[in-house]
Amino acid sequence: MAIRTQPVTINIGPQHPSTHGVFRMRVTFDGEVIVGLEPIFGYLHRGKEKLAEARTYTQFIPITDRQDYLASMTNNWAYCLAVERLAGIELPERAEYIRVLVGEMMRISNHLMALGFFLNDCGAWQTPLLYMYREREKLLDLFDMLSGQRLNYNYMRLGGVSQDLPPEFLPALKKFVAEMPGYIDEYEQLLATNEILLARSKGVGILPAELAISASASGPVLRASGVKWDIRRGDPYSVYPRLQFEIPTGQQGDAYDRFWVRMQEMRQSVRILEQALAAVEQMPPGVYRAKVPALVRPPRGEVYSRIESPKGELAYYIVSDGGIAPWRCRIRGPSQINLTALKEMVVGWKLADLVIVFGSIDVVMGEVDR
Amino acid sequence: MTQPLSGREVAARIGREIPGAVLLADGLGIWVRPGSVAQVARFLKEAPGLEMDYLNNLTAADYLDYIEVVYHLSSMKHNHSLAMKVQCWGPQEPEVPSVYSVWLGADLQERECYDMFGVRFVGHPNLKRLLFWEGFEGHVLRKEFTG
Amino acid sequence: MAVNPPASPGPGNPWLELDRTEGLAIEQLRAATGVPLTDPAAWIDEEVERGVLLTSLDALLGWGRRYSTWPAAFGLACCAMEMVATAASRFDISRFGMEFFRPSPRQADLMIVAGTLCWKMAPPLKRIYDQMAEPKWVVAMGQCAISGGPFAEYVSVVPGVNHIIPVDVYVPGCPPRPESLLHGLRMLHHKIQTEGSGLKRGR
Repeated sequence: MAIRTQPVTINIGPQHPSTHGVFRMRVTFDGEVIVGLEPIFGYLHRGKEKLAEARTYTQFIPITDRQDYLASMTNNWAYCLAVERLAGIELPERAEYIRVLVGEMMRISNHLMALGFFLNDCGAWQTPLLYMYREREKLLDLFDMLSGQRLNYNYMRLGGVSQDLPPEFLPALKKFVAEMPGYIDEYEQLLATNEILLARSKGVGILPAELAISASASGPVLRASGVKWDIRRGDPYSVYPRLQFEIPTGQQGDAYDRFWVRMQEMRQSVRILEQALAAVEQMPPGVYRAKVPALVRPPRGEVYSRIESPKGELAYYIVSDGGIAPWRCRIRGPSQINLTALKEMVVGWKLADLVIVFGSIDVVMGEVDR
Repeated sequence: MTQPLSGREVAARIGREIPGAVLLADGLGIWVRPGSVAQVARFLKEAPGLEMDYLNNLTAADYLDYIEVVYHLSSMKHNHSLAMKVQCWGPQEPEVPSVYSVWLGADLQERECYDMFGVRFVGHPNLKRLLFWEGFEGHVLRKEFTG
Repeated sequence: MAVNPPASPGPGNPWLELDRTEGLAIEQLRAATGVPLTDPAAWIDEEVERGVLLTSLDALLGWGRRYSTWPAAFGLACCAMEMVATAASRFDISRFGMEFFRPSPRQADLMIVAGTLCWKMAPPLKRIYDQMAEPKWVVAMGQCAISGGPFAEYVSVVPGVNHIIPVDVYVPGCPPRPESLLHGLRMLHHKIQTEGSGLKRGR
């Protein structure tokens, strides 16, 4: 007896606990197997690119914070780096090391959130998330010490950072750096060989290396597929050439590999933090910003400058006409471009796997929609 | 360190294969005729020694008289980069062939370009607005849009 | 090459009609809302004369409702991260009764709008609000929900959630610290207790 079937399309989002923000998908199913997917964005489009044209270069820095709000200072860094390259501003060495300190702390903070929410999606309702929040709260206290804010810091400026490290910051950071490897060991012990996590994410949502490169994936998503590309090594900026660290890569590009790559990147970030801390301690305090005029007027020209944010290749394409505001400021958000291959990753899997794959890409809607 | 390729050398190489495609070249980039964008893209991706298989960025900028579509390309294998630009002069609406078949990463970025600037990418399988809703009037990142 | 299918003229957008309908709904909502809705009636200084039986009943209902408001998860942007931090173990929103952020609006009576509301998101917001059963309350968390925030002048940002739904408590900040949000929720509890059975609310 032939049973007549028909594919059904359902709508997931924009208000949904598993979509990590306001993201919507129209998914076509044949039974429970996904045969088609259409992502729909724009529910958080706040027009930063247009606002950039109406703000001076320094006034735009707080707006960059609100893009990838889990790793705010990385956005500041990418923007400041682009304008500094355009305007030819050199930073004092201590300012560069402070930026590296802050950048790597942001990487740890972001990966903690990403892994916490990924495990939330896998079904470990809240427990790993709350463990990882325990560490994240310590990091947020450190950021509070630095910039007065817990989330959107507005700490970096053109030419350096906005204020010097307070005297209690370095000892507190040293204590954190000493404890963190122990916490990462705790997570690995509890999670890395957990059979539920393995069953739900091993082999799920495979992104082959060739497709990842063609789809312009970057960051942990690209490295999990086996491509050993990290902008801190391949196209280095700031003082990264002097720092020693490894680049973890995965084997097949499934959800488990992305989880594993992020876990190892946290370890490498701690390693970088130790080295940067040792360097900063030897430099006399007080030097944290180059002398830059209040209204910066970069010469006519354009720049495409990129950094390795925790999510991938975060780049700014800024065109200057010589005035106090950019003529065009394009923000290349890695979260949006990593979503290009979402359909290819989930077709053939089931609805529950869609949530896992989407969670493993680690997307922030502020960056997708800008 | 990613090496930016010399636009003039790349233009000379392209000129041998696809004559007339490159209009201008300088130190860091090439300007391509709108009609030949897809051919030049495929050449840049497949030519030995170039192999620009990674599309970093696809966007546009409004320069009042013309809209310039910008492609930033790089190669994973050789670690070099290039900027490819296309100028679309008015008064008619800008139209550029799509590079979706060359780099899948162009999918969402071309849709966003269409949404923000009104550039039609011929050959894109589903060119509709990305960040705004169907029925929204105007293209926001054009300089004339002040709403 | 199997990796990239060739670009064809293609069938275009298979969901064109649906997209157009949704776009029309957004445009209609945008055209219809001009002035912000008035906040539900002044409640802090109100003196109400009620009989003894109703007073006790009101007090009991108020006590029951205020300590068991269940929030509906409506995190939109950065403020959602501070909302999650409030729910995490350090600031612990569950000691105020809001243990679990309900995914379904049918089971929730509080909506904390955390983040920027865009016109594209406004019809789903209205729909989720309408699906919540009475009594229901709304907390606007963060500058973007109160007035549009730093993005207020942009074309696709709603200048304040109170253009779409009535708001009970505004919690300022960008983003507000978890302590601020808890203070706002305590003010909401005071309101719920004062409102009592809410027999006179005509929302």
